[in-house]
Amino acid sequence: MTTYILKRVGLALVTLWLLSVLVFLACQVLPGDPGRAILGNLASPSAVAALDHKLGVDRPLIEQYWTWVTGILHGDFGQSTQFSAPVGPYIKAALINSLKLAALAFVIVVPLGVIGGVVAALNYGRPADRIISVAGLSATTVPEFVSGIVVIVIFGVALKVLPVSASAGAGASPASQFEHLILPAIPLILILFGYIARMARAGTIESLNSDYTRTATLKGLKRSVVIRRHVLRNSLLPTITVIATQLGYLIGGLVIVEVLFNYQGIGNLIFKAATSKDFPMLAAGVLTIGIVYMVATLVADILYTVLNPRLRLGGAE
Amino acid sequence: MTDVVAEPTTPVAVTSARGEMPPWRLLLRRPTFIAGVLILLFWVICAIFGHLIAPQDPLAQQLLATNKGPSGAHWFGTDQLGRDVFSRVLVGARSILVIAFFATVIGTVAGTALGLAMGYLGGVIDIVGGRLVEAVLALPLVIVAFLFVVAVGPSPLTIIIVIGLVFTPLIARTVRAAVLVERQQDYLSSARLLGEKRAYIMFVEVLPNVLPVVLVEFTVRLGYAIFAIASLSFLGFGVQPPTPDWGADISVNYGVLPAGYWWMTLFPAIAIASLVVAINLVTDSIEQVIAS
Repeated sequence: MTTYILKRVGLALVTLWLLSVLVFLACQVLPGDPGRAILGNLASPSAVAALDHKLGVDRPLIEQYWTWVTGILHGDFGQSTQFSAPVGPYIKAALINSLKLAALAFVIVVPLGVIGGVVAALNYGRPADRIISVAGLSATTVPEFVSGIVVIVIFGVALKVLPVSASAGAGASPASQFEHLILPAIPLILILFGYIARMARAGTIESLNSDYTRTATLKGLKRSVVIRRHVLRNSLLPTITVIATQLGYLIGGLVIVEVLFNYQGIGNLIFKAATSKDFPMLAAGVLTIGIVYMVATLVADILYTVLNPRLRLGGAE
Repeated sequence: MTDVVAEPTTPVAVTSARGEMPPWRLLLRRPTFIAGVLILLFWVICAIFGHLIAPQDPLAQQLLATNKGPSGAHWFGTDQLGRDVFSRVLVGARSILVIAFFATVIGTVAGTALGLAMGYLGGVIDIVGGRLVEAVLALPLVIVAFLFVVAVGPSPLTIIIVIGLVFTPLIARTVRAAVLVERQQDYLSSARLLGEKRAYIMFVEVLPNVLPVVLVEFTVRLGYAIFAIASLSFLGFGVQPPTPDWGADISVNYGVLPAGYWWMTLFPAIAIASLVVAINLVTDSIEQVIAS
């Protein structure tokens, strides 16, 4: 098992390197001349050249990439061009805000999704199953800002029961902060519900059809006992992987929700960086999302191995 | 004479109807499929003939009738520039459907070719392709598309190419898995023993057998493409104003939502939701029929 985990960590590092190249290319190479992009078409060539030199983009690409990557490894994410300040503290503050919102959505959606999936599987092929499956799938593919707008119109504009902005303002009490996060959490919950329910459903159906479930039923165990002890224990294993993967996705998918509800998280940060052509901030933000996403996937894989006795006892590889 | 000629065809038709029904007939018996196709058809018609159907010019600004709520004259109200929201919603179907369709076609064609090569040829192609899939999966689709569209500058062509390229490794992964299953089949060994060329085996022998998988992938990805394109437009990096576009119209108008002007954002939002739900109803039905 240790070799498997080591191999998995190694692969994650390779992917991380590929990702850093991808982000570097997108933020440093594709925009063409960053000095021109920042200053606009009316700026004088000498001003553009001076800014290019200050940003370091007139040096060879490999050298630029090396400076950028080694800087990040030392905790230096570069200088933000819009704030003229180090990028790091902005990323940190935004990430904490995003995690608060993500945590709230997560705590609600995980039990909901698992229960939905298991109920669908136990009613396999019946209307309850079809409704949960199709509704879950639709909720998953409807963009966050669409469900977000519906939620705002209903609760914020028509009923006026909840605030439509996610920011409670500085020094707000935890209760008030929580109240402001309820509406933004709903679109995220809708998106994740479908994924989690689908996995829980597939896992439960598979273990309902397995030999050990048949044996347990033929042994004369009550259906509730069979489901609790034999079916659920096996079916929830793959679901754990999906749940952890979705944690990373959740943080990425926050861009839309944070922009819509004007919440100061990492998604809003990279959106503002993009609109003001602040490429160091954009690169750092996207890379951070990638890292969080990858760590979540890695943890999910390792958790899956540790929880699965067949793999834990040396069956893997 | 005519009876003798007609005779052999009749028993054949009867047995095929009693035995396995053709897949499209199974599909037509599903109400979810019919509902999905009808909604989809409605938006496709709007995309093609929207300018003819729309009661008013979607670009015409009536500065004396701005921010008007839904009424008999303007079913969905008017926006901040006094443009008819109903007309903009009808005409707005075009941009998103065209971009999503071409992006998905590019991704499906390139992804199927790559998946066939990865699964059938294996070796270096498979290893490099596998890493590519991992790197693309390391970021959510919307973020990757966002990153590249911001870097290159928003235009419909950029969005088509970026989403097509991001889809390629994802579709390749699914096709590869299906090809690996096909590789075990006897017909491939006999094709090899007959001395067929590798390209011939890949595209003439294997491809038709993995087509159902490709079809499901296409419809699933079409849903994701619409999601991504609408999101990009909402962020202001998709279709640019004043072209009628659901995501872009929401982007321009959601700021006045708290002031109570809900119609200019809610109706385009419902349009997007109905389109994605329709595609999912179709996808779900096709998956069910293939699975049964």
